[in-house]
Amino acid sequence: MRRFSWFNATSLTLGFAFLYLPMILLVVYSFNESRLVTVWAGFSTKWYGELLQNEEFLDAAWVTLKVAFFSSTIATVLGTMAAYVMIRAGRFPGRTLFSGMIYAPLVMPEVITGLSLLLLFIGIGLDRGVLTVVLAHTTFSMCYVSVVVSSRLSTFDQALEEAALDLGASPFESFTLITLPIIAPAVISGWLLAFTLSLDDLVIASFTTGPGATTLPIKVFSAVRLGVSPEINALSTLLIGIVTVGVITASLVSKRAAVQRRREEQAAQRTA
Amino acid sequence: MRRAVLIAVPYLWLLALFLVPFIIVLKISLSDIALARPPYAPQLDLNEGWAGIRAFFTGLDLENFTFLTTDDLYWKAYLSSVRIAAVATLCTLLVGYPIAYGMARAPQEWRPTLLMLVILPFWTSFLIRVYSWIGILSTEGVLNQFLMGIGLIGEPLTILNTNTAVYIGIVYTYLPFMILPIYSALEKMDESLLEAAEDLGSSRLAAFWLVTIPLSRNGIVAGCFLVFIPSIGEFVIPSLLGGSDTLMIGKVLWEEFFSNRDWPVASAVAVVLLLILIIPIVLFQRSEEKAREAGR
Repeated sequence: MRRFSWFNATSLTLGFAFLYLPMILLVVYSFNESRLVTVWAGFSTKWYGELLQNEEFLDAAWVTLKVAFFSSTIATVLGTMAAYVMIRAGRFPGRTLFSGMIYAPLVMPEVITGLSLLLLFIGIGLDRGVLTVVLAHTTFSMCYVSVVVSSRLSTFDQALEEAALDLGASPFESFTLITLPIIAPAVISGWLLAFTLSLDDLVIASFTTGPGATTLPIKVFSAVRLGVSPEINALSTLLIGIVTVGVITASLVSKRAAVQRRREEQAAQRTA
Repeated sequence: MRRAVLIAVPYLWLLALFLVPFIIVLKISLSDIALARPPYAPQLDLNEGWAGIRAFFTGLDLENFTFLTTDDLYWKAYLSSVRIAAVATLCTLLVGYPIAYGMARAPQEWRPTLLMLVILPFWTSFLIRVYSWIGILSTEGVLNQFLMGIGLIGEPLTILNTNTAVYIGIVYTYLPFMILPIYSALEKMDESLLEAAEDLGSSRLAAFWLVTIPLSRNGIVAGCFLVFIPSIGEFVIPSLLGGSDTLMIGKVLWEEFFSNRDWPVASAVAVVLLLILIIPIVLFQRSEEKAREAGR
């Protein structure tokens, strides 16, 4: 075993400082009394108060949550179906096109996805609003869900499903009783990923939104174009806090689940 | 029957909301701008029957594409996007490699925590991470105050609204994409190879160049593509951190569409951008396939 050298320690310290200092500064300055970044005028939580009284931000936050909830839920269903088709359905006409359409949105620049969806909505005369943003977000995030789920589907033992079928389960029962519980962690992380992608998206939402459906990133973008604003710092702090708590909880839960599973597997091997 | 439904639902969704919109972009890129709603011509008029269809197809031309080649704004923007993305990718590699290396050499029990610390920013809003640099890089920002405070500079540096700020923004936001593949390549490496190299008389630096770098090659290549491809079409970073002279094609497309309202030209810009992107995407897929075969 090699020693963990000074060089390694330094590069890790500097690297993580680079990753985290900007966010820490953002949090610190959200408690600044003064509107200016330059001056520290004492501790204050007044920007949080102003943020929570700003109707426009609250409305935008509500729209964003609605869009994220519906788009990630539909995307999870469609993405899981797509993953199942890719891994289990075998050959069918147009399979190459299908897999291309699943991977292409992952590398497609957002400006192009946004532009093309907007032109579609205008072409078919669909009024732009919450619905169009949900459709747009569902389309790109289902591809991410499908990648996450298909990596789990491809590694698990298909014999388990066959055993269920041999024992008289219908294909639907075999899916809900065997497949779904096994791929559940991947489906859940797919949903979380889709939810986060939707919360985060500025470009595609800007193209496909309409009156009354301003999302939080659109609001934030138009506010920060003019420079630093302490309300946005307060908002960022709240979002960073939620994400940190969420990610840490998720990692603790999945760690515990992994320990549990290992214990069960060992017990199963002993009885076998 | 059930299988057919299972295939059809996601298939039709992607056809309707991914492929068809793309064909529409292609079609509009061949149309002309018009003072009408929607603001382009020709429109397909099926009531006219065959004559309508023929009139529609004769109305399409490559004028927008020739326009893109004559106005230097566009090809300069394409070139400058590729250049900015390439320089930023190289910087991300130089920043990311030592971090990935340090993580792979860290004690076993630290690694899950370090990994989580790299992934955590990825879940935080992209927009917020870009925004956090405005307060740091501006003339009265934290960085300038710090540098003037320790007496390193007398005058504040202008970093915000320059290409340097764009590079910093790309390195910062895409760093996890570079660290993760390199880390996973380095972690798999057999360290006794390095000991063997040193036993055979090579210096530590030579062993690093001749053993570690080639063994992490797949990670480096994957990380570079994962940063380079999305940076080319980036919009948020150049519009928040870049200056008026920062030319990136994502921003040009946005302005063409929202400010100039020239849908045909915006569509043509999108089509050409996609054609440019196909090259690195195909190269990336090839190298991934090669890596997978070699791993077997």
